[in-house]
Amino acid sequence: MTAVDRPALRPDPRERPRESARPASPRHRDKALFWFAVPGTVVLLLFQYVPLLGNVIAFQDYQPFTGIMHSRWSGFDNFKILFDGDPAFLHALVNTLELTLIQVVFVFPLPILLALLLNSLVSERIKRIVQNVLYLPHFLSWVVVVAIFQQMLGNGGLLNVFLQAHEWGTWNIIGNPDLFKELLTSQVIWKDTGWATILFLAALTRIDTDLYEASAVDGAGRLRQTWHVTLPALRGLVVLLLILRLGDALSVGFEQIVLQQTGLDKNTTEVLDTYVYNNGLVAGQWGVSAAVGLVKGLVGVALVLGANKIAHLLGEEGIYRK
Amino acid sequence: MSTLSTARRGSTRSYSAIPGQSGGSPWWRSVKFVVLLACVAVVAIPFLTVLSTSLADTAQINRTGGFVLWPDHPTLDSYRALLGGGLVSRAMLVSIGVTLVGTLVSLSASISLAYGLSRPGTFGHKPILLLLVFSLLFVPGLIPSYLVVKQLGLINSYWSLILPTAVNAFNVIVLRSFFTGLPGELIDAARIDGASEWRILTRIVLPLSKASVAVIGLFYAVSYWNAFFNALIYINQSVKWPLQLVLQTYVVNNAAIGQGQTADPAAALPPTVALQAAILVLSIVPIIAVYPFLQKHLTKGVMIGAVKG
Repeated sequence: MTAVDRPALRPDPRERPRESARPASPRHRDKALFWFAVPGTVVLLLFQYVPLLGNVIAFQDYQPFTGIMHSRWSGFDNFKILFDGDPAFLHALVNTLELTLIQVVFVFPLPILLALLLNSLVSERIKRIVQNVLYLPHFLSWVVVVAIFQQMLGNGGLLNVFLQAHEWGTWNIIGNPDLFKELLTSQVIWKDTGWATILFLAALTRIDTDLYEASAVDGAGRLRQTWHVTLPALRGLVVLLLILRLGDALSVGFEQIVLQQTGLDKNTTEVLDTYVYNNGLVAGQWGVSAAVGLVKGLVGVALVLGANKIAHLLGEEGIYRK
Repeated sequence: MSTLSTARRGSTRSYSAIPGQSGGSPWWRSVKFVVLLACVAVVAIPFLTVLSTSLADTAQINRTGGFVLWPDHPTLDSYRALLGGGLVSRAMLVSIGVTLVGTLVSLSASISLAYGLSRPGTFGHKPILLLLVFSLLFVPGLIPSYLVVKQLGLINSYWSLILPTAVNAFNVIVLRSFFTGLPGELIDAARIDGASEWRILTRIVLPLSKASVAVIGLFYAVSYWNAFFNALIYINQSVKWPLQLVLQTYVVNNAAIGQGQTADPAAALPPTVALQAAILVLSIVPIIAVYPFLQKHLTKGVMIGAVKG
């Protein structure tokens, strides 16, 4: 009705400069924000989702020269080879599960113990120094970690130089198939135990100190306090991390093993991931390897979702709320 | 960070008021000391040994038969032999280049994606966010990923080391949750003043989130520097190898470091152990160099990730 309101109702294109002085319309904002998201989304689609579709070659007799479009469909033939009990595949499966079990039973509790130990330190400064040293290996690549282990424990390594200098003979650790799993486990411990304490330490600082005071008043000693106050407080986090760990149950130390299995017996060193690599990329059995990769991925997703369901049933939060 | 550390300090103070939480009896305290000292030694000694060996001279290495704990006459011969030209210097340049360009690409793509998803109700916001979260759960297999990279003609291209890992969903989620947590009034005020989204991002959002952007950038940089497997499968020509692949060949697989791989083909090479140790040191140094910066912010980054991821 008045001249003041008119531009808002009927924007005049010639008034663009002044137009920009008011808040952009929601649609305008949406469009701009949408374009911000586009480049990242394209990368995601191209390198995460297109390969997911590429899993169709598990159902094909894939030949690199004919390509996905023209390769012959073979139904479940690739899967048959696996489930008919190809011994190499079975070895890989058994080794994978064995390593997962070792890691959950022996490696998983270590950061909790270390975090409890660090948390009980009175001196903040010592605590921080120890943390800084122990976090460092997490940021090294597997190649560096494997190389360091070789330099320390290998035949010409520090340990054997020391043993020989005292004429105690040599101890062959690297390249010894009997100690392969122990070697892998100790490398995992060396690399990531310190780092894994971060989450537990953070959870420990959130515990209400009143609980400790109350339990102390009730006459609880150190151990009882740890058992009845500290550990229950960590339960949710432990469950969460176990669920996430379960999702990786079928992927253990891929780079780590690829780096160290040269020259060693495949029956003792092969895991599912290295089986896919060695059979697919190295030996050219594309279809079969893709089938293994696909089954592995699906089992991983199923394990995470299943474990999360169980966590909900047990009254824990899991990875997402119901 | 500040709230976190004050909370921790506060709780420590009240612990010491409680009997049984004061660090324990002298016996228990010395046990703790020994255990932690052992942990620190197990991590620190390998680093020191490798550094000492890389600095040791030929005579000492020949005398000890390999490794040294402390160099008697420190010398930079191994580094000179490796860095004056040849395979290792080239690999250093490749690694540095891939890390710099990769981090830049990753940061731009991730910041812009995180910002695009940072305000609820935006058009296309939900499906893209789902794509992002699901990519954490459904990991594409090795074979199909390789085929995609091959189809795109990236084999033996440095881009094969960058593009497939350019957007890390976890990092984007951390950035997004930080952007979402910024006070909305600031952004509304800027919009009322007529700022475009680009201006809001560069003038308001980014300056306020410098710390988290820095951490995410460092995470990307570390992962590019450490990337080994992509180089193993995508790069076949040894002239294009990054440092990790050189490390695998000459240290892990113990291939002989030939005269042609080093600076001066005619000169006598330092002992293999010293050269191997020097390659190791060269690949660790950048990590140690950025470590203090990482260290400063990583707890916060991890916490955001753990809570929202």
